[in-house]
Formats: sequence, C-alpha cells, structure tokens
Amino acid sequence: MKILVPVKRVVDYNVKVRVKADGSGVDVANVKMSMNPFDEIAVEEAVRLKEAGIATEVVAVSAGIGACQETLRAALAIGADRAILIETDAELQPLAVAKLLKAVVGKEQPQLVICGKQAIDDDANQTGQMLAALMGWPQATFASKVAIADGRATVTREIDGGLETLSISLPAVVSTDLRLNEPRYATLPNIMKAKKKPLDVTNPADLGVDVAPRLSTVKVEEPPKRGAGVRVADIAQLVDKLKNEAKVL
Amino acid sequence: MSTYIGPIRDMQFVMKELAGLDEVAALPGNEEVSSDLVDAILEEAGRFATEVLSPLNHSGDQEGARWSEGAVKTASGWKEAYRQFSAAGWTAIAAAPEYGGQGLPKLLSTAVMEMWKSANMAFSLCPMLTGGAIEALMLRGSDEQKSLYLTKMISGEWTGTMNLTEPQAGSDLAAVRTRAEPQGDGSYKLFGQKIFITYGDHDLTDNIIHLVLARLPDAPEGVKGISLFAVPKFLVGADGSLGARNDVHCVSIEHKLGIHASPTCVLAFGDKGGAVGTLVGEANRGLEYMFIMMNEARFAVGMEGLALSERAYQHALGYARERVQGTEAGVRGGGKVAIIRHPDVRRMLMSMKSQTEAMRALAYVVAAATDLAHHHPDPEVRAERQAFVDLMIPVVKGWSTENAIDVASTGVQVHGGMGYIEETGAAQHLRDARITSIYEGTTAIQANDLLGRKVARDGGQAIKAVIASVRQTAAEAGSLDGPAFKAIQNALADAARALEQAVDFVLDTYGTDIKAASAGSVPFLKLLGIVAGGWQMARAAIVARNALASGKEQSSFYQGKIITARFFADHYLSLSAGLSHAVVYGAAGTLDLPEELF
Ligand SMILES: Cc1cc2nc3c(=O)[nH]c(=O)nc-3n(C[C@H](O)[C@H](O)[C@H](O)COP(=O)(O)OP(=O)(O)OC[C@H]3O[C@@H](n4cnc5c(N)ncnc54)[C@H](O)[C@@H]3O)c2cc1C
Repeated sequence: MKILVPVKRVVDYNVKVRVKADGSGVDVANVKMSMNPFDEIAVEEAVRLKEAGIATEVVAVSAGIGACQETLRAALAIGADRAILIETDAELQPLAVAKLLKAVVGKEQPQLVICGKQAIDDDANQTGQMLAALMGWPQATFASKVAIADGRATVTREIDGGLETLSISLPAVVSTDLRLNEPRYATLPNIMKAKKKPLDVTNPADLGVDVAPRLSTVKVEEPPKRGAGVRVADIAQLVDKLKNEAKVL
Repeated sequence: MSTYIGPIRDMQFVMKELAGLDEVAALPGNEEVSSDLVDAILEEAGRFATEVLSPLNHSGDQEGARWSEGAVKTASGWKEAYRQFSAAGWTAIAAAPEYGGQGLPKLLSTAVMEMWKSANMAFSLCPMLTGGAIEALMLRGSDEQKSLYLTKMISGEWTGTMNLTEPQAGSDLAAVRTRAEPQGDGSYKLFGQKIFITYGDHDLTDNIIHLVLARLPDAPEGVKGISLFAVPKFLVGADGSLGARNDVHCVSIEHKLGIHASPTCVLAFGDKGGAVGTLVGEANRGLEYMFIMMNEARFAVGMEGLALSERAYQHALGYARERVQGTEAGVRGGGKVAIIRHPDVRRMLMSMKSQTEAMRALAYVVAAATDLAHHHPDPEVRAERQAFVDLMIPVVKGWSTENAIDVASTGVQVHGGMGYIEETGAAQHLRDARITSIYEGTTAIQANDLLGRKVARDGGQAIKAVIASVRQTAAEAGSLDGPAFKAIQNALADAARALEQAVDFVLDTYGTDIKAASAGSVPFLKLLGIVAGGWQMARAAIVARNALASGKEQSSFYQGKIITARFFADHYLSLSAGLSHAVVYGAAGTLDLPEELF
C-alpha cells in the first residue's frame, strides 16, 4: 500500500508572528519556517504504518516555493521514501492545493492520503476535505487513532464530548489531530540519508491545474490586547460579572 | 520562561558567506557535505534544542544535580533528554567514522554545538567533556583502549570526563600529585583526589570513562612528569561487558553560582585499594597531550560565551518588545510604548546583538580554518591556517567568555527589576556565563598563552598577517558608498593602528621586561578580540552590501547586517585606542604599588 502525505511549510510554531504595518498579512521575512506540526504527525503515522509492514511506500508532497524542498527533506529524514515538490511562487489557497493534490493522486495512485487537519498559519482546515470531495473518496478527519486492515481504515476521531470511531473503505483521506502520535526526532544518520532520496520537482502547469486565488484578503490585524485582570470578592460577584459584563453565561 | 530558537539564518550566513563552507565542503573526506545538508542538520538540531533541551534549562537550574550516598542524581528530565540526544546521533556528529561517528566538519559541528549550549549549557557540558575524552583516546589511545571505549562513547552509551584539577593544581597543572602505581600486568592503580570534575558522576549512563592526569613513582618533578590514564567507573571486560565497580568515587558535589544542573564533583581515587587504570600514550607525556587537545577544549568553552550571549539576547529582545513603560522621546501626546522604543534600550540590544554576531563570525571563521588546517591537501595552506587558528584560540576563548558576562549582564539590565528576579530567567544566563572565563584556563591564562606562545614566539608573524588583512578589509569598506562604510573604514583602520602599536610594545618588552608585557596581557587579548570581531563584521557588511547590489532575496537580513556592523565599529572598534593605551602605558600603574599598600 502506498501512502501520500502532503506537507506544508509554515512559520515555526515557536515564532511570535507580527502583522505587517500595512495590514496585508503577517511578516515572514527572516522568520523561522518549519513543517506544519499536524503534517509532521501525518508523516510519522505513515512511516509507522510502513515500519509495521502495512504500507510499502511513503511519498511526501508539498506545493509552494523552492524552499519547500527543506520541508520535504525533513519528511524524508523522518522516514518517507521519496518526495514531490509542486513548485510555484503563486499564493496557494486550500482549493488550489486540493486540486494539485488530486493531480498527484491521479499519477501516484496511493491507497491512502494522510494529511494534517489544518495548517497553523491560516488554520483553514479545508484541504483534506476538499481533496476527498474532488476524488469522491471517503474521509475521516481529526484522527486520534488509525488502524488499517482488509482494505479498510478504522479511524478514531476526536469530536466534541468524546470519541467517534469510523470505518471507511480505501482509498481514502485521513486528517490527523494532535494526539494521533508524537513525532520522532530525525536522527543525524537519517538526515544524511534523506539527502540521497529522490525528490522530483513539477509545477502547477505541468499538472494542468489553475491555482489562481479565489479569495482575497481584506485585512489582517493583531488580536486585541488582553486587558488587566480584576480580583472578585466572591463567587456571586464572579457569576454576576460573567453574566452581565462578559455575557458568557 | 523564554524559548530559545536557533539563529539559523545568521548561522547560514556566517557559514556560507563568511567562513567559506564551499571551501570546507571541497576538502577530502567532506564529499557528503553540501549547503542543503547543512540546512537540514541545522533545522533538526534547532528543533531538538528548542523542544527538548531549552525547556529543561530553567527547571534544571532550579532543581540542580544532587548527591547522596556516593552517587549523583541529575535533574528531572535529564536522563530522558540524554537518551533522546544520543539516540538521535548527536553525540557522534564530529567523531571518527571508523568508530561510528559521522566525521562532519568542525564548521558544521560548531554551529550545532552552539545550539546545545544556548538551549541548555549545563546539559551540553556532558557531551562536551565526553568529546574531549574521545579526542584524547583517538589521539594517543592504544588499539585496545580504542576498541574497548570509543564506539560506546561516540554512540553516547557511555560518557567521559577530564580529570586535571586538584586542590593545589588549578592553573598550574605541574603541581598534580595523584599517584599511579604500575601493577606489573600493564595496568596501574591510582590514588589521589581530583576536584571540580564536570559530570564526574551521574545517572545518565551505565559507565563513565575518566581520563586522569597522575604521576608515576619514578616521574621527574614538574610538567615533564605527568602521565595520562584511562580509568573506567566500572571495569570493562575484553568482550565489552561491565565488570566490578572501580575504586573511584564521587565524595561530594559543589554548590555553585551557576550551571546548577551540571554536577561538579570531588572524585576520590584509591580510597579502597586503588582505582584500576591504563596508561594513555607514553609515560610522562600527559600534559603534552593535554596541550594538543587544548585548542579543541578552549574553542568549545569560547562557544559557550557566544551561545549564552545569543540566549541572553533573545531573552532580552522578547522582553523589550513586550514591556510597556513611558512614552517615546520627542513624540508629543503619543501613548505609552514598549521599551524597545527608548534609545538606551536600543543601545543595549544593539550591543548584545552586535557582540554576539561578531563572536559568531570570528568563531566560525576559526572553525573553518581548523578544517582547512587539518585537511587541506596543500601543506603550506595547512601551516598558514594552523598559525591563524593557534593565534585565535585564546581570543575565541578569552574574549567571547568575557563578553558573555557583559552581554548577559546587559540582558539583566534590559529587564529592569524583573531581571534581578530568578523567575524571569535572565539572571540564570549571567550566573551560567560567569564560569566560562574561569574553567579551561582563566582569561589570564589565555592571555599569557596569547602573548608568549602566539605573539612573541613567532616574532609577531601570525598577528601581523592578521593586521594586514584587517587593513585590506578596511580599504575595501572605504571603497563602498554610504556613511556606514565610511564609519566602518575609519574605525577599522584606527583599530588596526592601535593593535599594531600594542603588538610592537609586546614584541619589544616580552623578552626584556616580561612583567610589563604581562600586566597588559588581558587588555591585549580584548583588543585583539575587538579588532578580529570588527574585522569579521566589516567583511560581513561588505558581503551583505554585494548581496543587496545583486538583488538577492531577504534584503532585510542584509540591511540589518550592515547596520549591526556599523554599530560594532562605532561602539566597540572605537575602544581599541583605549585598550592599546592600557597595554602600552598601563604597566606602571599596575606594578608600582608596593604589595603592603594593597
Ligand atoms: C564549575 C567548574 C567546572 C570545572 N570542570 C573541570 C573539569 O571537568 N576538569 C578539570 O580538571 N577541572 C575543572 N575545573 C577546574 C578549572 O579548570 C580550574 O578552576 C581553573 O583552571 C582555575 O584554576 P584554580 O581554580 O585553581 O584557580 P587559580 O589557578 O588558583 O587561579 C586564581 C586566580 O589567579 C590567576 N592566575 C593563576 N595563575 C596565573 C598566572 N600564571 N598568570 C596570571 N594569573 C594567574 C587566575 O587567572 C585566577 O584569576 C572546573 C572548575 C569549575 C569551577
């Protein structure tokens, strides 16, 4: 079984992002970039399935600028077998990425796509679902446990108030939640081996996909600063404030 | 608590555009090294430093290593972090491939080491000292010692220590008294006490290999009578299995100003009949071996200065952006602002940033020179690079560590009152930095080495070659447009003149009045540090300028580099004249006061 894992290059989660003065977006110049943490979990899950003898090949794919190669190399160092970069300088929105992935899925014919549930830069939480819809495949999102047997995936997912278990037929799209696994640190020997693994570069035109944005960003601003806290005299006052000031009760 | 993030962009810049990664990658044996590989390794090391080592830095400081019943227990989280660290292969980065190492160049392992030290200096000392012990065994160990110990030390399964210091033998190792008695079967029994032994005992691994300086019964007095021994905590069978507990015991650990999580041990050898050890190399040549290894060890401690400066800077910068206090000077009716808007806070931040970047530039340039000195096919290039490395090692050690104390102290100042409060974490960097100018040879010992062995001995040849290069860089800066480059040119040319004057004084007086020369040795070391750091920052500004002219991406990084180099020129290179004055005219004031008037 072949698994395809899409990975995105995003601002590192440790970086405190700052909004550009003109409100057009966040400042990413000279900012540390890394693999989207949910995608790391996806790569880890795929590699574990390979180590367990369930998957035969893990292919990582990323869409974006040339520097995304670094992100792909990181996936190869964790244990993916090869990588594909869809290189473009264009701004990519979830639908465009889903279409690009559909084209790659068409070529690669994986049985399973494991992707992060969302990217921590735009928090869109759309690409996996869009890909499943475009392919007409079943999907199981927010996975906290994945088991593969007899051409089906049994996926436990985190929902409000509990866990839900789905059984879906393959091929399918699974998106990862935070508790699915704890990704390993790549070892130095594996980082060195990753350099020798194949990394193919293609582009949207070759894949026949129009990536023109459908949405435009109107404005990006900082969240309001948190005001100073107040000390309440007793529970009654707290409940009163929650009801009448904060209006959350 | 502040999170450390590896300054990967600056590391890449210095490695690739200043220190000559391409040249290092072209050396025989470095076929696998490439720009991409460097990026990948820096990324992953940075991740490990941020996610595993950095979160334990403050908790380790608060909890500290603890001793009870003859054994050391490391702080919470240490054991698991060490397991992950060695499992990921980081202990093996620079070690020899024939014993399982990766054999990567020093330029690369240096940048990686910087991140361990920034993230958690107390942790980093364990692999660092092990690295020293590995090097000693590689250098002079017998085949048997190598096969018994090296693979396991390189994989991190066992650690190593360096046992030099005794109560009466610190800077002056000739005074070592620990005895080694031959047993007639090729082994020795050691008796004596060592103090201040870093990671002399711990619970991270099953065994520890101590490298110990001691005297044979018939050894001559002084420096020529000291030998080096390998003494395992648990004896090792020929098949590598662990045997009996050896007679070396940790009898206490020190309570220190900083690096609380690094156990500093008093080790007793032979209280119960003798600690079994084997001789490393030849008898009576132990100190000589230490000298060969000294470059490596001193360089590594210099890196601690750089690393703690970076950490303190990141910490202070984060606070300066958040802390709101006062209004902006010259702005009427404006609101309250973050303190980074105050000119003096900017001055402090720029002083931290510019010194850190200057130290990094110099250290990496020296690391690359070390790679060339060891592996370049042309013997002339090797010799020339080695002379440069030898000259600069005491500077990287002495200058960077003294700076770190200053930078970390400035970091506390940026925080105001919160800086003095332990919970903030800024004070820890200062406390941790304070040891770096003491161990592995105090700053005075570095300065003595610089003056005697590195400047006077070759008649100033190596240092004059540096001065010539500095002047060339100054002229190059002068040929570029803009006030920043004029400022850099002037400051660098003046600094070169000041250094030359101090060098001439040292060459004139070292043979005739060594006390007068020595009185100015530490100012001389600082002077050379400032000139060498300013020289590298000027080179960096020129590279940045050319990159901007060619329209490369990330222009803001390069613009920042030019401004930072200019700050260093105006605020630090400008101190050269004063330091040179202290070297040339300062001896009288230092030496004239009769001892009883102190
Ligand atoms: C936390 C810690 C960890 C350590 N780890 C290790 C370790 O792992 N292994 C190990 O072997 N040792 C270790 N040491 C010992 C350390 O290397 C010594 O403390 C150091 O070399 C200084 O020696 P000393 O303490 O005897 O000071 P002294 O030599 O007594 O120095 C006192 C002062 O006199 C000055 N001075 C001495 N001689 C001269 C001279 N010739 N010219 C000018 N000035 C001079 C010094 O600069 C200093 O200012 C450690 C020490 C500490 C505190």
